Amino acid sequence: MARGQSAALDRKKLMADPIMMTTIVLLITFLTLFILYPLAILLVDSLTGTNGVSLETFQRIFQMHTFRRAITNTLKVGFVVGILSTLIGLLFAYVEVYVKMRKAVGGLFKVVSMLPVVSPPFVLSLSMIMLFGTSGIITRFLLGIPRNNVYGYWGIVIVQTLTFFPVCYMMMKGLLKNIDPSMEEAARDMGASRWKVFTTVTLPLLLPGLGNAFLVTFIESIADFANPMIIGGSYDTLATTIYLQITGAMDKQGAAAMAVVLLCITLGMFAVQKYYLERKTAATLTGKASRARMLIEDKSVTIPLTVLCSLAAIFVIMMYICVPIGALFPTWGYKFTPLTFKWFQQVFTKYKGLKAFKDSFVLSLIASPITALLSMIISYLVVKRKFRAKGFIEAVSILAMAVPGTVLGVGYIRGFANGLFHTGFLGGIYGTGLILIIVFVVRSLPTGTRSGISALRQIDKSIEESAYDMGADSLKVFTSVTLPLIKDSFLSGLVTAFVRSITAISAIILLVTPSYLLITVQINEFAEKGAYSIACAFASILILITYGAVLLMNFIIKHFGTSKKVKEAE
Amino acid sequence: MADMRVKEPKGVKLDHISKIYKDPKTGKDFYAVHDVDLTIEPGTFVTLLGPSGCGKTTTLRMIAGFESPDEGEIYLGGEPINALTPNKRDTAMVFQSYALFPHYNVFDNVAYGLRLRKVPKDEIARRVTDILALVELSGMEQRMTNQLSGGQQQRVALARALVVEPGVLLFDEPLSNLDAKLRVQMRTEIRRIQQALGITAIYVTHDQSEAMSISDNIILMKGGVIAQMGSPTEIYYRPNSEFVADFIGECNFLKGPISRVGAGEAAVNIVGVDVPVATDKAVQVGAPGEIVLRPEAIAIADQGLLPCRVELSCFMGSYQNYHVRVGDTLVKITDNCPINKKIFGVGDNAFISFDKACAHLL
Repeated sequence: MARGQSAALDRKKLMADPIMMTTIVLLITFLTLFILYPLAILLVDSLTGTNGVSLETFQRIFQMHTFRRAITNTLKVGFVVGILSTLIGLLFAYVEVYVKMRKAVGGLFKVVSMLPVVSPPFVLSLSMIMLFGTSGIITRFLLGIPRNNVYGYWGIVIVQTLTFFPVCYMMMKGLLKNIDPSMEEAARDMGASRWKVFTTVTLPLLLPGLGNAFLVTFIESIADFANPMIIGGSYDTLATTIYLQITGAMDKQGAAAMAVVLLCITLGMFAVQKYYLERKTAATLTGKASRARMLIEDKSVTIPLTVLCSLAAIFVIMMYICVPIGALFPTWGYKFTPLTFKWFQQVFTKYKGLKAFKDSFVLSLIASPITALLSMIISYLVVKRKFRAKGFIEAVSILAMAVPGTVLGVGYIRGFANGLFHTGFLGGIYGTGLILIIVFVVRSLPTGTRSGISALRQIDKSIEESAYDMGADSLKVFTSVTLPLIKDSFLSGLVTAFVRSITAISAIILLVTPSYLLITVQINEFAEKGAYSIACAFASILILITYGAVLLMNFIIKHFGTSKKVKEAE
Repeated sequence: MADMRVKEPKGVKLDHISKIYKDPKTGKDFYAVHDVDLTIEPGTFVTLLGPSGCGKTTTLRMIAGFESPDEGEIYLGGEPINALTPNKRDTAMVFQSYALFPHYNVFDNVAYGLRLRKVPKDEIARRVTDILALVELSGMEQRMTNQLSGGQQQRVALARALVVEPGVLLFDEPLSNLDAKLRVQMRTEIRRIQQALGITAIYVTHDQSEAMSISDNIILMKGGVIAQMGSPTEIYYRPNSEFVADFIGECNFLKGPISRVGAGEAAVNIVGVDVPVATDKAVQVGAPGEIVLRPEAIAIADQGLLPCRVELSCFMGSYQNYHVRVGDTLVKITDNCPINKKIFGVGDNAFISFDKACAHLL
């Protein structure tokens, strides 16, 4: 039995489709060049010793006290943040799905889940310092603690938890909604108390999902650069240590080896999450709820839970609001009135704000349509088509999700600063805006691809087959059927890519040259220097831009999206 | 309506086609379709029938070009088409899920294939209007597809495939999403249109009554191979195996040794009685024989051929349903128009009889 003929025929059919062929070749080149190659060169670099292959670089970095401590620090923070975020996320999701609550509380929940999406990653660190730091409003002025130290372990843990728990909340919400209420009703019917139902039915069903959320957060925490940078103080994590190894110690080879270590940790976690937990989650929670759930109305349950979550939500929202308000005080921590716009003015008059916003804005604006289109093409190929390199394309674009920005940044430095394999070829792109755009694209590609894949899976495969069968070639099928059907997903991918790009920092900070001023890099610089008011002014404008982008997207989807047309017809 | 007969219906030839898949559980290769060899004449309606997993849909998808055969060659209108992509093949498919484009209205859905072929605008308008009239959807041009009922969506899908005048029209279980009554109505409709246009049609279904009512020829498949090919009557009355007999409608099997062989006839000894059966097969006295009998071909009365005992008697409206025991064998009988006949009750002894022409020797 040989499958040779069908393989040969499939190849022939592919060859007869030049557009598809070119697309695949270009995609493979792009993914290899800008995701695999930079990672590979890190490994090669760190294994190259004075005479051939050796582990001396690894020996050297593992002898460094700071590096060993950074590993334990990172894992400790990741572990605690993972657990806290998962638990808080579960609480929020449980309350939303199971408990009857007022509309206003639901609104609060929605805001909380939106905030981390539109805000730059380090906003919470800023507000944490301004609320609880040495001259923090709460610690110093309300509680009278003069020199409260927020920098370090707890600062990072709190800030990261508040940043990442909304993601867990959204994940848990999806899972809880898939639990068939009849199962829990059956348990109730047989005499179990609510608590017993939760511990014996709901929780066991959720367990793989909880593990999944934990690992996702763990990876995010480990990969996070901006928060440890701003609020970590002397408490260094792997991401910041690698950064300092390059910018401070100028030890690129050591940084490469460290990046390999960090990458191994995240990839390991990602492998467990992707291939073990995600499957288990899907296996235990496949069915859709057969009907609506009877919400808990018992006041002894609803009131404490609602109050708890509302307080938490208000606290998170307050943290975010603190940033624009902080930019309005004349001197943070000393002089609160009269409110002033002088910091905002200084952003533009003194600190080249206009150029920073223009650079960030233009680069992100160029990167986002490329990202959105690329991720839709990848999703289309992965979900709808059949060809040899499909596994490779899917694996690499999803793998990029597990690559911390810092690792990618170091990889680009090592991989492109002296050209490909240090030959000088393609070295020209290093230090240009092009490489920044490529980094933006690569960093947002996994999320875009993931949402594209799930959007396309909803669409019956035979719709495209039908167009293909009617005589449309691959390009025509994609433009006349696929794209219009996932217009909403494409638009939101576009905006997500834009927001992610304009708020990105971890990889970019290693690659940016003085000819480009990027907002996030500026904010980081001012926060480092302790110029929080200016940092806040920059951050506020940034939030305004991202929020504006999201509003615009929602408006466009509402009025011109496919769902609108379909909904109207119904 | 203008004469819409397809200019050139094409024949299809599957020349020893096989398709190998990997079993996802064991990781082993197996034949999903094995050595399927058949010819479909231009303008005929042929059904690929069989239980799920028999390879019928895979065969259809190989003709459309979505799957590539591992062995053999497919010919369309005499031309080998193995290496052609689906969009280059002169086929049009009607999908199980209809696969209508939800972002287009009815007109644009139907016009899709014509626009790809760069047909002039006024001709598109004319042809779409004609074909919509044929499927009885005139006036629905501007509707969005999700404003249509299931049956209407099915008609749009049919119109969209027909309008490009394909050499072969392919149907992949097109009626399985409709309710029973509509299914019967639509299959008559499909047959009417196919005959009106004189188009070649290949139709996949697992519903034997659908297959019988619609086809010129049925290809019954099992486990990737062809179990039997023939006209609906041939397959119904002259099945070549228990599987075929059983798959096509209800069936009784009476077993015993062959007791007599004559010209065009033989007899099988069942519970001591020589039961005559028409056959052209060369059989020998003493060999094991098996008679296939349809429930409606059997009469039950006080007198008859084979003695039996009634185990179930149930009034079904248009017929009386009996289960009777002949020797050790259970025999199902549907006795039509029971109102004028004697009704036997459970436990009654009776006789069954049947015409030897209605019995078939396997």
